[in-house]
Amino acid sequence: MNDKVLMLGNEAIARGAYEACCTVSSAYPGTPSTEISENIVKYKEIYAEWAPNEKVAAEVAIGASISGARALLSMKHVGVNVAADPLFTAAYTGVNGGLVLVAADDPGMYSSQNEQDSRMVARSANIPVLEPSDSGEAKEFTKFAFKLSEEYDTPVMVRTTTRLAHSQSLVVLNEREDIKTKEYIKNPSKYVMMPGAAKLRHPIVEKRMLSLSAVGGELAVNRVDNADSEDKSIGFVTSGIPYQYVKEVFPHAPVLKLGLVHPLPVEYIRDFAKTVGKLYVIEELEPLIEEQLKASGIDCIGKEILTIQGEYSAAMLKTAILGEAKPAKPLSDSIPARPPLLCPGCPHRSVFSVLNKLKKHAAGDIGCYTLGAVPPLAVIDTTICMGSSISTLHGMEKARGREYIKDWVAVIGDSTFLHTGINSLLGSVYNKSNGTVIILDNRTTGMTGHQDHAATGKNLAGEESPSVNLTAICTALGATTVTEVNSFDLETLEQIIKRECAGDGVSVVIAKAPCVLLKGNVYPDIVIPVKAKCVKCGACLRPGCPALTKNAEGLIEIDREGCNGCQLCKKLCKFDALEVQPRTSKVGE
Amino acid sequence: MKTDIMIVGVGGQGTLLTSRILGKLALKAGLDVKLSEVHGMAQRGGSVVTFVRFGESVGEPIVEESGADILIAFEKLEALRYAHFLKPGGTAVVNNTEIPPITVVTGADVYPSDIIERITAKYKTELVNATEKAKAIGSPKSFNVLVLGAAAKHTPFAKELWLEVIKETVPPKTIEVNTKAFLIGYGEGE
Repeated sequence: MNDKVLMLGNEAIARGAYEACCTVSSAYPGTPSTEISENIVKYKEIYAEWAPNEKVAAEVAIGASISGARALLSMKHVGVNVAADPLFTAAYTGVNGGLVLVAADDPGMYSSQNEQDSRMVARSANIPVLEPSDSGEAKEFTKFAFKLSEEYDTPVMVRTTTRLAHSQSLVVLNEREDIKTKEYIKNPSKYVMMPGAAKLRHPIVEKRMLSLSAVGGELAVNRVDNADSEDKSIGFVTSGIPYQYVKEVFPHAPVLKLGLVHPLPVEYIRDFAKTVGKLYVIEELEPLIEEQLKASGIDCIGKEILTIQGEYSAAMLKTAILGEAKPAKPLSDSIPARPPLLCPGCPHRSVFSVLNKLKKHAAGDIGCYTLGAVPPLAVIDTTICMGSSISTLHGMEKARGREYIKDWVAVIGDSTFLHTGINSLLGSVYNKSNGTVIILDNRTTGMTGHQDHAATGKNLAGEESPSVNLTAICTALGATTVTEVNSFDLETLEQIIKRECAGDGVSVVIAKAPCVLLKGNVYPDIVIPVKAKCVKCGACLRPGCPALTKNAEGLIEIDREGCNGCQLCKKLCKFDALEVQPRTSKVGE
Repeated sequence: MKTDIMIVGVGGQGTLLTSRILGKLALKAGLDVKLSEVHGMAQRGGSVVTFVRFGESVGEPIVEESGADILIAFEKLEALRYAHFLKPGGTAVVNNTEIPPITVVTGADVYPSDIIERITAKYKTELVNATEKAKAIGSPKSFNVLVLGAAAKHTPFAKELWLEVIKETVPPKTIEVNTKAFLIGYGEGE
């Protein structure tokens, strides 16, 4: 043991849970948190699962904690909103075995629909927050979070960001601690949160946070670097990844590095502030630390000179604090953008090409298919959050009526439907709505990198597990019709969508074809252009497949490596100018 | 001494594999190392960036503008997009291949024709015909390791260490072809 290894922040969190003797983990995939579960499941001592959504994951972990085990739940920042209901009350009940929530924020929105700061949620819920600065700390802070959770009888949040979660740095491995599952003692005044009991718990919660704030200066996770620095003209309060940027630019300045960012050790910070000239607070996203310091009468500078949006960098601090010139600019002013795209052979593209042809609007949802909003397909009109497509469509129907909604559909992925789409479908049917829902069933959770879910027949550990039947669920919820169709069968798809949009009630179309990147899929065929027959009409280019390009003569070229032989382009060609051939064939090259 | 490397390309070209090879190299050389990657939506055919920093002690995990010693670009347009991350005197190792983004395919934009001129005017540039050469050895997918072979000459690591790490990192079935690709990039094979 004590080996040094290179680990992703998320991998290190999983390792921390393992070393802390955590025995239960529940989560729903979401960038940048997914790899925590994918790594934790490798430790056979820990039971790890994908829950259908974050609220369920939270309740699973809370149950495990109440029973006496150490439990981890992990999710992306927007997942914390889904889990907020049980979390806010778990702050009241407290824990039995340690309960740790990893909330992965995404400053800069690499893969998210908003840029919220989970520390603000934790503050509102009265949950302590630890914020690590590299993989080594990610592991150690996760372990400390379990300890803190049990010591203060509270759930503890470990807040990460994309930059931490998806960066690798060195981690020293330790042995798994030997911590026994605690005894469960029936205690309704602690675990049954009805008003009488909750009224008694609330003061305990407030007192707990005050006492943790008071001892903050003694915790090893909070520390001052360069306390003896000769130059104390400026000092910093910072935490998480921004700490690295501060150290990069000001390696010798006094820095109060907060590991515990909520509750703040205000008096400890006040003492530090007295020792430096100008005090800067460096934190990404919301001014959580800064505003509390200002409210406590501690003079400091933060968002006046630094942004509330996106990621920070060393260069940003150099410009804002040292007045240095802005960083170098790209070598050209006109570099074409390269936005992410649906993959060649993606079944979503096929469904969107039909919706595009029929000039349908679509209430969209969260997944790869959100990319259906961008040209050339530009089918998706709205995207709000997981599961929202069906209910937003229902809202439109109630506002504008049945005729209006006939130009619309809702599109939602299989995993997203099981996450929170079921409730929305239930609400639409119950409230006598009209509308057509298309479930894009690609047999996986695609965008986050292919996680199984309740309808794939496999669990997180890769074992076979019961698979829910989507058609049966939709039928049971009361959909007027539920029709399954192959996503690449354009004619049938078109007929069904036309028919269902014209009909009454809430109907469901399940468009089925596996994600083109799913492991084990093989694509023996490719499509090749027949130049002599091409009339340069561009019909094949319309769905925007990245394997197809137009050369200088206006003829089509297909990248043999990129093409997965889905034949969508061939089906759109009216001149037989595209042919299917075995990938191994050299003909047509 | 600290070395900052930036690897850029199009989602799916294997920037992650490449940065992980570099990470292992630094670790074997007994150095501190940090890598920063992009997962999730940005991987779907979009512009992808990974950072590798190694040395005695590494702070931030990202490479900033005018900071990179080496830019490894798997595609020309991406090389242009990020060349300004090179420090003055830095080296660009560029795969001489064009993958038009959707904005160009749909005609909304034009693929620049002066990319290499712009980069060579400012930085030391090594152009590698990796896509063609990898096809020639019957393994088009190994182009990224071929580019890495060309970049290897500009790093402090010995060839033997590179080969050892490649062997440990790539899927077992592809060791032979990736070794071959690396050596071609390194200038010792054909």
